[in-house]
Amino acid sequence: MQPSEISGIIKARFAKAQDSAAGDIIVPGEILLDVARYLRNPPLAFDNLHCITAIDRKDKVELVYTLYSICGHHGLTLRVYLTQGDLNVDSLSEIWKSADWLEREVYDLFGIIFKGHPDLRRILNPYDWKGHPLRKDYSSPAIVAKPKL
Amino acid sequence: MAVIEKIPAANLIAKIPGGGIFLTTSESVLKWGKASSLWPLTFGLACCAIEMIATGAAEFDIDRFGAGVFRASPRQCDVLIVAGTICNKMGDCIRRLYAQMPEPKYVIAMGNCAISGGIFYYDTYSVVKGVGSLGIEVDVFIPGCPPRPENLLFGLMKLQEKIRNEKNAAK
Amino acid sequence: MDTAQTKDIYTEEFLINMGPQHPSTHGVLSLELKLDGEIVTGCTPHIGYLHRSMEKLAENRMYTQFIPFTDRLDYVASMNNNLGYVMAAEKLMNIEIPERAKYIRVIIAELNRVASHLVATGTFAQDLGAFATPLFYCFREREKIVDIFDRLCGNRLTYNYMRIGGVQFDLSDDLIDMIKVFIKYMRPRIDDYEQLLTSNVIFLARSKNIGVLTKDLAISYSVTGPNLRASGVKWDLRKDLPYLVYDKMEFDVPVGENGDSWDRYKVRIEEMRQSLRIVEQAIDLLPAGDPTVKVGRIHKPAPSEAYFRTENPRGELGFYLVSDGSACPYRLKIRSPSFSNLAVVPELVKGVKMADLVCILGSFDILMGEIDR
Repeated sequence: MQPSEISGIIKARFAKAQDSAAGDIIVPGEILLDVARYLRNPPLAFDNLHCITAIDRKDKVELVYTLYSICGHHGLTLRVYLTQGDLNVDSLSEIWKSADWLEREVYDLFGIIFKGHPDLRRILNPYDWKGHPLRKDYSSPAIVAKPKL
Repeated sequence: MAVIEKIPAANLIAKIPGGGIFLTTSESVLKWGKASSLWPLTFGLACCAIEMIATGAAEFDIDRFGAGVFRASPRQCDVLIVAGTICNKMGDCIRRLYAQMPEPKYVIAMGNCAISGGIFYYDTYSVVKGVGSLGIEVDVFIPGCPPRPENLLFGLMKLQEKIRNEKNAAK
Repeated sequence: MDTAQTKDIYTEEFLINMGPQHPSTHGVLSLELKLDGEIVTGCTPHIGYLHRSMEKLAENRMYTQFIPFTDRLDYVASMNNNLGYVMAAEKLMNIEIPERAKYIRVIIAELNRVASHLVATGTFAQDLGAFATPLFYCFREREKIVDIFDRLCGNRLTYNYMRIGGVQFDLSDDLIDMIKVFIKYMRPRIDDYEQLLTSNVIFLARSKNIGVLTKDLAISYSVTGPNLRASGVKWDLRKDLPYLVYDKMEFDVPVGENGDSWDRYKVRIEEMRQSLRIVEQAIDLLPAGDPTVKVGRIHKPAPSEAYFRTENPRGELGFYLVSDGSACPYRLKIRSPSFSNLAVVPELVKGVKMADLVCILGSFDILMGEIDR
């Protein structure tokens, strides 16, 4: 299926979904779980949640979901924008099992809470680590800055 | 005759004529035994572990130096070859493993990451800057990223030399 | 065993830590196991013992300065990591590379795939009890490949060979002859390994029907690479979403039937044979020309993003680069195949014996360097 067809189907079903400049779909956080359930079933049949990542854009945090369909040979990128004070979004771990560890990693590095996740703990840093390292305002005494030559 | 000269304590050995007996000090025999049968711990953390396995494999063969018996339990080991980057979570484990090893024990820091943090020294929040900063005394440092198997063998030979020149053999 | 004498005996589950230092966990992985005698009833992996904060590091390094760090991700298949990163960077900056560079990249990536599968096979057989022989054979062959790479770029393990715009050194004629000699030498060796292992009664008993991964579970957990293909899903990025010059190569994609550990081993053996086929074809079709375009060392791409995924020996490795116009990336995300492959292991080991757990973990061929980054 072509990307324009896919975005047409999604926008027809969900009025709040918008196109982004790069050809991805922007979805508000409240309808993310419904959109995900719709994407999992035919006709779109995205059976593979390939990657979840987050970008700290200073005033907001952008969550990026990369989905692929092995049987349909097409792909989609979903974006969700979260405001800095309210970093909550629904967990997709009941729809795609790969979301389990990927969401734990995003929680560990950015501090985004995934509601409904079965076991939201840190995964890469020690369990008692303070702070979320990949945020732009993170600082730690352990970091030795590279000297400018 | 030629064989006896190659033994490290050769200058102390006096062959008693007529028999297969020789005289030496117990210290040199003890040190020779310690140096020639160092058993390492299987402690590969990262990339240097692959070079350690390659050193144990057929082409570079660490076994001919007596150190080919890699044991998994620290209670049975003599030398801890720290091969790879040490991270915050792993620091405690290394201290515990070092404490479990029986005396006499030696530590080889293999690779730049084990010596000082290596290329992960700057701009990281989770890397321990070398084995030394954990409070463990290191005997031999082998630089390289990763060090070639020949370098690891050279480091091992340096450790053997260090053991043979120890002041007190019953350390 | 629940005989008449034993069923009244009080038993209890106990927790054991197959800790970060263990000969069979292939790196620093800690598995918290709940055991009922010899049977595993629960498994919780703890990772992060090798978390070297590479993604944070990338925000302070220029695009070219980050290439050596990609070597240290999946350190057994360093060339493939380099390849994934520079292809993502070239997509971000819209750089077109010369034809000769594409063919050289394919040759080098496939040779590294053979080296990586050799390590996987050797250590898998070692875990099952064939303590030294397959491992030493595999490492003997790997030394030949590593020798070729040593002459090419000067290092044995962390090559730092690919560059944004091409490759660093050209493939000279005597190196091409070395590769041809190696291919001829390697083909009968793969038959040797098959003779040692594939129909060996003990190997079959220890790995057939152990750790069966069904198709649906594999796709739901986003398992990729030989593990997915062993479960019956014919998905290979080199055929389905081809990049570089893989669409001009003729090769088969081996697929397993049951998804057990024996299938995962067999798929890797067959992939080694197919990789040698690809290398031969690429050497015949290698055009003359420059191995790289001159693009300078400091790049300041326009604010945009790019995601590129390649077929690593362990699965699909993806690099997501976000730039904001400065010389360093704003965000780099590394999607590593072993991270998702490991997530499915706790489900597969419920109800098996400890020894089978070692077999399952070994057959998945995970590498902690890329899980923890």
